Amino acid sequence: MTGPIIRLEGVTKVYRRGSVDVPVLQRLDLEVARGEFLALMGPSGSGKSTILNLVSGIDTPTDGRVIVAGIDLGDLDASALAEFRSRHIGFIFQSYNLIPVLTAYQNVELPLLLTDLTRKERREHVLAAMAVVALTDRLDHYPRQLSGGQEQRVAIARAIVTDPTLFVADEPTGDLDAQSATEVLHLLQRLHTEFGKSIVMVTHDPHAAERADRILHLEKGVLVESVERKRP
Amino acid sequence: MAIPLQYNLRNLLVRRTATLMTAGGIALVVAILVLTLALASGFRQALVVTGSPDNVIITRSGSNSEVLSGMNRETARIIESMPEVARLANGQAFAAAEIVVVTNLPRRNDPVGSSNVTVRGADARALLLRPMVRLVAGRLYHLGVPEVIVGRPLSQRFAGCGLGETVRFGSREWKVVGVFEADGSGFESEIWGDGEILGPAFNRVGYSSLTLRLADPSSGLESLVKRVEADPRLHIDARHEDDYYRAQSEMLANVIRALGFFLVAIMAVGAVFGALNTMYAAVGARAKEIGTMLALGFRPQSILLSFLIESVLLCLVGGVLGCLLALPIHGVTTGTTNWSSFSEVAFKFRITPGILLTGLLASIVLGIIGGYFPARNAARRTVAEALRES
Ligand SMILES: Nc1ncnc2c1ncn2[C@@H]1O[C@H](COP(=O)(O)OP(=O)(O)OP(=O)(O)O)[C@@H](O)[C@H]1O
Ligand SMILES: [Mg+2]
Repeated sequence: MTGPIIRLEGVTKVYRRGSVDVPVLQRLDLEVARGEFLALMGPSGSGKSTILNLVSGIDTPTDGRVIVAGIDLGDLDASALAEFRSRHIGFIFQSYNLIPVLTAYQNVELPLLLTDLTRKERREHVLAAMAVVALTDRLDHYPRQLSGGQEQRVAIARAIVTDPTLFVADEPTGDLDAQSATEVLHLLQRLHTEFGKSIVMVTHDPHAAERADRILHLEKGVLVESVERKRP
Repeated sequence: MAIPLQYNLRNLLVRRTATLMTAGGIALVVAILVLTLALASGFRQALVVTGSPDNVIITRSGSNSEVLSGMNRETARIIESMPEVARLANGQAFAAAEIVVVTNLPRRNDPVGSSNVTVRGADARALLLRPMVRLVAGRLYHLGVPEVIVGRPLSQRFAGCGLGETVRFGSREWKVVGVFEADGSGFESEIWGDGEILGPAFNRVGYSSLTLRLADPSSGLESLVKRVEADPRLHIDARHEDDYYRAQSEMLANVIRALGFFLVAIMAVGAVFGALNTMYAAVGARAKEIGTMLALGFRPQSILLSFLIESVLLCLVGGVLGCLLALPIHGVTTGTTNWSSFSEVAFKFRITPGILLTGLLASIVLGIIGGYFPARNAARRTVAEALRES
């Protein structure tokens, strides 16, 4: 399939807090090419996470269209959106969001439970994903038995195990020390270069952003600056 | 596909203190429920096994209890001669006309406590009609002398009723010459002696009831009733003995159940609030996990089901604990006044598999009630909302 992986057309997002309207995004247009690694930067509250939420189908715009992988998310109901997320989106969160009572293996297997893979096939996928993040020796560890960096790598394994179309990472290195952050960024870059995955990453860290093809700055919900670094 | 069960099991295990406290509340409710049912069941069982479907008991028309019934010797003779009555080898009717009276006896180990006891004036045929009545100590009473045999639980509970002791009632003294058992039936709560001595002692002429064995158990009662109805001299009721005792047990068994259920209902409200509280806390503490699972594509229904299952598992732990708590009471003897005969009946708590199952089912129902609202609360969040709470 060709065409951009993400297309935002005149997207407006207004949150209502009580009787007050909080406008976050105003008529935003954005295109992300297939296989592109995009970094989103900007001050706190500028709407970066909001964009990720819209793109990944966990929130809906007040106005405008969100088209991801050729699918207009406005056409999907809640159930279809859930299906869309499980098929197309790989989530990487700032605080990893692993399920504490499940082992690394079970955490990575979790999204596969939504597919009709057999137990054996699921095992193969989990092992492959854990191999990519180099944690095959930690399968039976619970999240609290892992370092922050390892937890985030398990979370990345969970994101890649379903082979999604698009990765959304909201400050994936925000809670990590420099060493672990470098490892995680390196992993994301490999997903991009080796596996040709599209990635949208929100970050406050300029060094992290440098890994991306393109850096986008968001100021009060408006796209104010776009730095073209390199195009694949 | 559903969220794995292990997710719920591990969560219950991880917060084991809360789990045990909540399950403890449920356990108490289930234990009380099981005991109530065991009490009612034991009482019922004691009375029901008292009667045999092959026997027919005759009482005065309209009197629902032997104790309130009376019939003259003539009536007994007419019925004994009916062809529906089975015959013994010696040609005698296989029937026993009996005097049944209630007397008040002091309890053993309790000088001020006393209770009503049923006294039955029976002859040798009474024993043939009730083969479960077996002497376990001493001998049978001799006819024509003030001797009695007593049911085993009675011999332990009442003063003067032990083997070899002397008990005073009906304005004279009676020597206890034997102790009997009767498969836990209501007869074990009776004192038996010779009707020809007991009657005068209580100033009774005639009998209270007549129990007879049917020659043809299947259709005998029907034709007997027809014959009785056709005879203007007879004003009596005829029932299968087991039906009679079942009816005797009904009222009190129902009262036991009603009182028990009332108590259980009150406690259940408290226990359900415990479960609600625990599950709300669980949902609150796991907002981020819920958000994550929703983001991954799990449906709100799966989240709802998962928390509901967790609540049910939690309460089921309580259900199992409650059953284990109640189980040692099985077989313990207790007594109560049977309101139909006004006298004390000894019986055993009877915990059946069905009662345990009822207890477990009750805990599941409590789990569903206590888990539904928290689970719905968990499932209703939007993904973005749930992810933001952390
Ligand atoms: N559910 C919501 N209800 C009300 N206001 C919201 C909601 N979600 C976000 N906002 C508001 O929208 C604005 C943008 O939020 P968003 O989370 O997208 O910012 P961000 O750029 O990701 O900030 P940060 O760098 O701190 O993560 C903020 O002012 C925030 O308070
Ligand atoms: Mg943010």
